[in-house]
Amino acid sequence: MREFFHRLAQNRWILPALIVAGFVFAIVAQNFPILNNYTKFVLITAGINIILCASLNLVNGYMGEFSVGHAGFMSLGAYASAIFTTKWIPDSAAFFPVSVLFGGAVAAGIGFLLALLSFKTRGDYLAIITLAFLMIVKSAWENIPYVGGPRGVLGIDPMTTLPWTFFWTVVALWAIRNLVYSKFGRAITAIREDEIAANAMGVRVREAKILAFVVSSFFGGVAGALFAHQISFINPGSFDIVKSTEILVMVYLGGVASLAGSILGAVIFTFLSQALQPLGYWRMVILPLMLVLLMLFRPRGILGMRELSWLIPRRETQKNNAP
Amino acid sequence: MIPAVVADFAGTLPDWGVYLAQQSVNALQLGSIYALIALGYSMVYGVLVMINFAHGDLFMLGAFACMLLVAALPWHLPFVVVLLMVMLIIGLLGVLIERIAYRPLRGGPRVSAVITALGCGLIIENLTLVKFPYSQHMPTDLFVSTSFRFAGVTISTLQLLIIGVSAILMVALDFLIQKTRYGMAMRAISFDAGTVPLMGIPANRIISLTFFVGAALGGAAGMLYGLAYPVIAPSMGILVGWKAFIAAVIGGIGSIRGAVLGGFLLGAVEVMVVAYLPSTYRDLISYSLLLIILIFKPYGLLGSPPNVKV
Repeated sequence: MREFFHRLAQNRWILPALIVAGFVFAIVAQNFPILNNYTKFVLITAGINIILCASLNLVNGYMGEFSVGHAGFMSLGAYASAIFTTKWIPDSAAFFPVSVLFGGAVAAGIGFLLALLSFKTRGDYLAIITLAFLMIVKSAWENIPYVGGPRGVLGIDPMTTLPWTFFWTVVALWAIRNLVYSKFGRAITAIREDEIAANAMGVRVREAKILAFVVSSFFGGVAGALFAHQISFINPGSFDIVKSTEILVMVYLGGVASLAGSILGAVIFTFLSQALQPLGYWRMVILPLMLVLLMLFRPRGILGMRELSWLIPRRETQKNNAP
Repeated sequence: MIPAVVADFAGTLPDWGVYLAQQSVNALQLGSIYALIALGYSMVYGVLVMINFAHGDLFMLGAFACMLLVAALPWHLPFVVVLLMVMLIIGLLGVLIERIAYRPLRGGPRVSAVITALGCGLIIENLTLVKFPYSQHMPTDLFVSTSFRFAGVTISTLQLLIIGVSAILMVALDFLIQKTRYGMAMRAISFDAGTVPLMGIPANRIISLTFFVGAALGGAAGMLYGLAYPVIAPSMGILVGWKAFIAAVIGGIGSIRGAVLGGFLLGAVEVMVVAYLPSTYRDLISYSLLLIILIFKPYGLLGSPPNVKV
């Protein structure tokens, strides 16, 4: 039995097969009435949460910084794409992918600026800069009449379908995996372990940090764009410190520096918060309580610092297994 | 409730001067509350190098504890007694949280302590929300405020009380930290936590004391805030707590005097922005100020960079 699972874990065709099967299932489920709307809503939410969680894990887990501003990037992506599809090129489903890309690009651009500005700071002070960034973004939307002020953007076409969510989730995980196992990924992990030593060994700390930030904020923006076109209205309050806290909970629940952990954390969080919905306010007592208990007994999260071998590129596993 | 004006000293200031002076008094009131909360963040950071995200919620509980105490106790207690009881309760709660949630994680990954603190804050906030789903009113007979006018500026005795109590607490804290053996032990832990136990200092007791004092100051701030803005809700822990955290950072987190400076600075900026600009710009400008200060002074106004050893 153990042998069977070991061979299954080593099988290089499992991952592509799962992706194809998932994509086919997404298309079928979207077009035929096999799932009710609520189930579809929860599945799409789970996909968006996986993108958010994996992209934040790049900065908070692999790079070891503590960013609390991920909801701000989500907000930028959501607003940019919503303005794109409601004001600039309305009523055209064909431009939806462009609007998602646009949302990601805007978030990545601002993420680049933020990374440039905050390069001198690290640790807790970086956390505070991202907090200030989050609050500034929220406050800025409230004061710009063009994007609806405190009322937000209404009447966005609900164009986020299951296949699109699945597609973007796979793209995000694939991109982050390839980044993490590249030269830049090694640099990012080295920075987490010891920034000064990494610098002394010739790691280009500045470039690696900025790249990690830009990729993370790009996918934060993509998730925001999908979110906006899922619930079809957004306001500045949708992306506040509570939203950021939720993403942090997912990351540290699933485990730092682990993509499998991100998937697990996001899925557990999504389904638990739906399942505990009847409890009302008690839901937000029980979820943090579980997190605190998890931190006390398993400080790095469920899958912290570990990875499913399917998610590790082939050449890496061969390298590690070589004598 | 707008207190009645009982005395009016003849005014000679021009209109804009009266307005500015009036807003300055308001800024002092808000600033002293921010400073009291910011002290709690800074003290804990000083000894444990950890952001205690549950501190804002302890501040909120200060207001609720005051309300519940006044409602539950049959006697009409004087203000000072209620204040001391609130400080005692919230202080012990701070010690309890440190004992249960933070101490087991000391020595582990630093981020997990921060996440635990966030979780504790959420638990406190939402438990309060379960008990009090609607906004509550602070008792009005605890301190009956009157106001007088001085050169055209209206000042209430409540404002004087808030500023005065905060000032007394801050001076007492400064005395504790600079002049007593306990304060010396706190400063020693913040200077080098590893060596302190070797010198025979009970580090755990000193850390508990730090949490007690920090939380008690936060509880006092919550009570004063509740008296100044008498409609209280569980969400004020996040709203005001994060602001006070920013005040601590602007001053340089870990620095006691920096926290006070940051508190008054943030109070002044917030009040003046609302006084002279549209009120929706308040958060935009105070957070932009934070960002600008951190870009040019990465460790706050009075903070010092940590010693990094390879």
